Amino acid sequence: MTARRLLSALAALAALLLVPVLITDDYGLHLIIMTAMFMMLAASQDLIYGYAGQLHLGQAAFAAIGAYITAVLMLRFNLSYWLVMPLSGLGTALVALLLSVPTLRLRGLYLGLATLGFSEIVRLTLIMWNDVTRGPMGLPGIPAPTFGSFVFESKASFYYMILAFTVLTVVAIQRIVHSRMGKALMAIRDDEIAARAMGVDSSHYKLTAFSTSAFFAGIAGSFYSVYISFISPDSFKMMDSFLIFAMPALGGMGTVAGPLIGALVLYVLPEITRVFAEYRMLWVGGLLVVTMVLQPKGILGGMRALAGRLRRPRPEPGTD
Amino acid sequence: MHGLQQLAQQLINGLVIGSVYSLIALGYTMVFGILGFINFAHGDVYMIGSFIGLMLLGTGAFNFATALVGAAILTGIVGIAIEKVAYRPIRQSGKGFEDTMLVSAIGVSIFLETLALIIWGTETHPMGAVLHKVSYQVGGIYISSVQLLILGLAVGLMVVLHLFVTRTVTGAAMRATAQNMMAARLMGISVDRIVSVTFAIGSVLAAIGGLLVGAYFDAVYPLMGWTAGVKAFTAAVVGGVGSIPGAMIAGVLIGLIETLGSAYISSGFRDGFAFIILILALLFFPSGIFQVRRGEGKS
Repeated sequence: MTARRLLSALAALAALLLVPVLITDDYGLHLIIMTAMFMMLAASQDLIYGYAGQLHLGQAAFAAIGAYITAVLMLRFNLSYWLVMPLSGLGTALVALLLSVPTLRLRGLYLGLATLGFSEIVRLTLIMWNDVTRGPMGLPGIPAPTFGSFVFESKASFYYMILAFTVLTVVAIQRIVHSRMGKALMAIRDDEIAARAMGVDSSHYKLTAFSTSAFFAGIAGSFYSVYISFISPDSFKMMDSFLIFAMPALGGMGTVAGPLIGALVLYVLPEITRVFAEYRMLWVGGLLVVTMVLQPKGILGGMRALAGRLRRPRPEPGTD
Repeated sequence: MHGLQQLAQQLINGLVIGSVYSLIALGYTMVFGILGFINFAHGDVYMIGSFIGLMLLGTGAFNFATALVGAAILTGIVGIAIEKVAYRPIRQSGKGFEDTMLVSAIGVSIFLETLALIIWGTETHPMGAVLHKVSYQVGGIYISSVQLLILGLAVGLMVVLHLFVTRTVTGAAMRATAQNMMAARLMGISVDRIVSVTFAIGSVLAAIGGLLVGAYFDAVYPLMGWTAGVKAFTAAVVGGVGSIPGAMIAGVLIGLIETLGSAYISSGFRDGFAFIILILALLFFPSGIFQVRRGEGKS
């Protein structure tokens, strides 16, 4: 069984590595790169809402912070990307920590609106802090990362970069979820009072979950910065926060594949069908309502329920 | 002397816009009082209401008063429909429905906003001179007929709502449902009908507020629901979610703070003040907020 799993994982990895060889079309590859970035954001979002149950509607603001840290450090101080990238993650995590100290006591939509408000404040700050961010004009000409003499310029090189980031994010989040911390987060999600009564330091775990998630979001933003090489306050909008929020909710919250499926459905489908491109958020909203009405556990939950019904009746595999 | 005049002017402006926030806040607070759930899409219902009004005016067959009534009725129907499609099936599916309903509400909000963007574009639509505007000057302070209309209508509607909730049978049923849904059902109250009525009232008030603001600023645009929604929600929180008089008073308060803030602190930050008030309110009155659960819908 484990050998089979290892084999299929290797096969999947090989297929992922071959993508730039098979897809040479620039637009196609761009689509895949952006999808991978959204998968990274969706997976990190899922850590906060899917696993820890904390309604968070500002993941795009974290990405924006990471993107701006990268842009400013690289443009002003000419630092290497490989130093700037982790710094962007850590800087974003620090901001998330500062945000979550005052919002620790909030639950449900109160927290959701506080995070939304936070992202609005981030946006206004980016617009008004002209000296550093050049306001609404944004920061163009962010240099490409280099590795020795190799310059990340081609779409393929950026694909491999985001592939590595996304895989590492998913693996890291799974490691967290299956650790003591993950159990604590799920206990908090299911019943915070009971979790605290059992000795779970909920404040500590919530703070850690927020800053860990922000760390990954910051790195995703940092990637965006060097990939597009231009960043403005409009790069990560409030609607992107909602899009990122919807991805795990649609795919199946608190699962490995859920956020990835959600990102695929919500980002790629509208782009491929073209007709729907400008209607993407219409899709997102409509699908979200339909999913919640029909199957609150998302696509993955629906598929599991279906598979369970088709096979023999067996106990629900649990929320994990 | 001049500074004092300016202050009085700003107070009037704040009072006018604040009374509209109160109207929208009532929609949040009444739904919360009954369902224990915050209808995230309420701000977008307000936006849809303004656009419906704008369309009615565009046909040429309506004057402002009839367009106001028409938009109120149509938006009320939209509100009932949203509840039937997006919330009711979840509510009826069993326990722990608030979280799922919240995600569904976020979906509704995204849907309505995008729909508006597709139909009406990103641009700001002027409403035109739909109201005969006269400016009165009292001691160096200007107040326009539009401002008086907004204030009068908002206060009038709130009085009517108060009488409705406290003096009618349906109002009593609403209060009973807010106190204890199960007991209300056992007493023979049709809870589903009460929920529909609540959504209808909230949507009607939002549409009227939307059309008034559209005429006041001469602007209707798809994202107007978001900013107004946050401000009204802040008002609902500050007033104690579930409390109808609380929402009325706090809405005016938010309008005043925002107007004074943008006049004396930073006009670019105008839409940010509500957020700061929201966060401060959540920080300093957290127990007040969390204690207001079911049973606080009493007027």
